[in-house]
Amino acid sequence: MLDPVDRRIINALQGGFPVAERPYLDAAAALQLSEGELIDRLSRLLDMGALSRFGPMFNADRLGGGYCLCAMAVPPAELEAAAAIVNGFVEVAHNYERQHALNMWFVVASDDPARLDAVIAEIEAMTGREVLSLPKLEEFYVGLRVEA
Amino acid sequence: MSGSPIDDTDRRLIRATQAGLPLVPRPYHTIAEAVGIAPEEAMARLTAMLEAGLVRRIGAVPNHTALGLTFNAMSVWDVADEALPGLGPRVGALDFVSHCYHRPRRPPAWPYNLFAMVHGRSRAEVTEKVGAIGRLLGGDCRDSDVLLSRRTLKKTGLRLAD
Repeated sequence: MLDPVDRRIINALQGGFPVAERPYLDAAAALQLSEGELIDRLSRLLDMGALSRFGPMFNADRLGGGYCLCAMAVPPAELEAAAAIVNGFVEVAHNYERQHALNMWFVVASDDPARLDAVIAEIEAMTGREVLSLPKLEEFYVGLRVEA
Repeated sequence: MSGSPIDDTDRRLIRATQAGLPLVPRPYHTIAEAVGIAPEEAMARLTAMLEAGLVRRIGAVPNHTALGLTFNAMSVWDVADEALPGLGPRVGALDFVSHCYHRPRRPPAWPYNLFAMVHGRSRAEVTEKVGAIGRLLGGDCRDSDVLLSRRTLKKTGLRLAD
């Protein structure tokens, strides 16, 4: 499991990782670790799945594209087939089943803004179900704080 | 926004780092080599993309489930429009909220305009935290709902289509 150093790394390195010749060395110094220890710990946190990724996070809507949260009400008997259709699009990054009449929630992302509407239209045509699009209007917070 | 603010070299850089930053002492050198540009140029381009907000940030993306936060709830709220600019940031500042957004209502199917994702170790913990958001919103919230996750159907990082 995670020790206090792992938790410090997770909390401290969700952003602000330097762009520099030896970035792990710089980030490790701020955490009072050696470069090698930081690299080893990040590698272990990725291997054990505590981190799903380490690196740059791109802003799809500033790359000239965008992303959109979508919801669909799918009858339980059609859920697997609908999930296969939705998940088949490379533009769909996340898809969750939730306990609600609107039971399928997914995110469509593309660097080509015209693709968003096209993907949503194709999903509607292929599933025969209406897709509710709920684009972000304003972001108040994104991040995760782990109890140290 | 018209057109794309990035060029083909930026696109190649993005693709080279999509799987993550190499865990080696000089990661930007490794990426620059893969893209076929000088390390200095790769770093300058990434810095420019950070400053322009094209790169949100560089760092770790935690996996909530693997961190023991196995219950997640999407709490949704119908907050009076005039109160939202004041209340949204306060909900986002709660330490158990990982994502907090203003989204459009889609009446009648969807009356909610504030989304707050809450994570916890148990259903009871998540329920208690959602209750705390409700108390913070008080009388400015007309209606709310909580959508528990039942199953992850797909989860990958943001990908650029080829």
